[in-house]
Amino acid sequence: MPVTIHKDIVCTFCGALCDDLEMHVENNKVIDVKNVCGIGRNKALHGDNDKPECRVYGERATLEEAYDASARMLAQARSPLVYGFSSTVAEANRVGVELAEILRGGLDNCSSYCHGPGVLARQHVGLPTCTLGEAKNRADLVVFWGANPMESHMRHFSRYSVQAKGMYTPLGRKDRKMAVVDVRPTPSSKNADLFFQVTPGSDYEIATVLRALVLEMPLPTLTDDSLVGGVPLARWRELVELIKQCKYCVVFFGIGLTQSQGKDLNVEQLIRLVSDCNRYTRVYAMPMRGHANVNGNNQVFVWQTGYPLAISFNRGYPRFNPGEFSVIDMLNRGDVDAAIIVATDPAAHLPYTAVDALKKIPTIVLDPVNSLTTEWANVVIPVATSGLSAAGTYYRMDNVPIRLRKIIDCEWPTDLEVLQNIKERVLNAKDH
Amino acid sequence: MPAKQGFLITVRTARQGAAMEKGKLSAEYVAETATLTLSPRDYEELGLKEGQQVKLSSDSGQALVTCRFSEGPDGVFFLPLGPTANALIGEQTYGTGVPSYKGFNVEIETLDA
Repeated sequence: MPVTIHKDIVCTFCGALCDDLEMHVENNKVIDVKNVCGIGRNKALHGDNDKPECRVYGERATLEEAYDASARMLAQARSPLVYGFSSTVAEANRVGVELAEILRGGLDNCSSYCHGPGVLARQHVGLPTCTLGEAKNRADLVVFWGANPMESHMRHFSRYSVQAKGMYTPLGRKDRKMAVVDVRPTPSSKNADLFFQVTPGSDYEIATVLRALVLEMPLPTLTDDSLVGGVPLARWRELVELIKQCKYCVVFFGIGLTQSQGKDLNVEQLIRLVSDCNRYTRVYAMPMRGHANVNGNNQVFVWQTGYPLAISFNRGYPRFNPGEFSVIDMLNRGDVDAAIIVATDPAAHLPYTAVDALKKIPTIVLDPVNSLTTEWANVVIPVATSGLSAAGTYYRMDNVPIRLRKIIDCEWPTDLEVLQNIKERVLNAKDH
Repeated sequence: MPAKQGFLITVRTARQGAAMEKGKLSAEYVAETATLTLSPRDYEELGLKEGQQVKLSSDSGQALVTCRFSEGPDGVFFLPLGPTANALIGEQTYGTGVPSYKGFNVEIETLDA
């Protein structure tokens, strides 16, 4: 068979959405990938291979049977949950929101337990931010706080931040300073000009002291040797001076901030710090979003409901309350009596208590590959893989929408088609 | 059996990410998500050897993990995100929706030879 070469393909692993991949397709299969990291390579080579069987209660089923069973389970439930979406297209997210509204159910996405606290922080204090293109072309200082992109967003350094050669940074790494704040040395921190190894859980304290230093407020109880988050104050002064002297700084923050003690408050204080720094120079913050379209979940949910995550339609209109309507809390409290899971694998990512709660209720899962959840879900519906066998829109970590193309055929429907089919059947069931 | 109290933080690793995309049922994914990283000093204190299996216990559960060492703070252990870590994480989210993925107390205990 001839090999077809597809250029400028989007990688659908992480929120960096590298869009320069070259995929070699032979006999409807990706056989080679260029311009890609190790994780993206595996995603491209294996993302459409290991399809689960279409099953209802463990028995092989047709798609029609799976749609009917799913609609029945959801329509009969008193408090169903529609959850996931981080690895599917914005168009499918939209139908997911519609389904949750029709069902008067709960609605949540994977940001609920990763960058969700950063989303909440933004509601309180806003976010001075930029695009990755601006970071590449302008940033002469990049700070990574609680993030280790060398292992999570592997091409971030070379495409957008540390080494990227841009309009005003033609020499790439030589035109930039880099600082890392983390609790341990990492492959990312080894590249840094300044590395601050901090005590776990001290991010809020550090950001507060940095704000005081930036604003030149007195710190009468501290000397240069005083430890702030395990690092002497004199070293934090160095960072503040570096920021004040730079022309354009971007602070990339990871789940080291959002998942450790303080959570949303950590991000709030970091954003306030970044805002304060803008009295002196141009400084921006950007979350290092994990799953490729988890930002798209927040975008679509906000357009459709007014809220980015942790939503309930149980009164017929959207209400928002993280901690109450968040997926993990809903499951742990036993508030959910049926669930439809789209494009995520809760059995691999949620605490076991939440997974056990899911196992006790009717659970439907849509997944392009076998996962730890497809092992036991009551209804398993195989779907096409976004970015390989399904087209649509993903949102990059800097809120830029990027169109995914379909480059191979798949015998199974897309998430969008499955959700539309189930939605129609639920509507019919509710009408009668 | 030597034991030590510590603080467990879940992390991403390149191997975990790559193995996850190869397949969550793959031996590589299962092995990497059950591999704990400790500081050399903790290693010495517990008398561990590279690749040795230990038991981790938290208020919420227990898990067997394989050890590797790397530079890092003493008394802080790092475990890749995945089903093994999920067996140890408590259900409390403190009203945020996010459980304590980045830090909770654990005890590490060596197993009988």
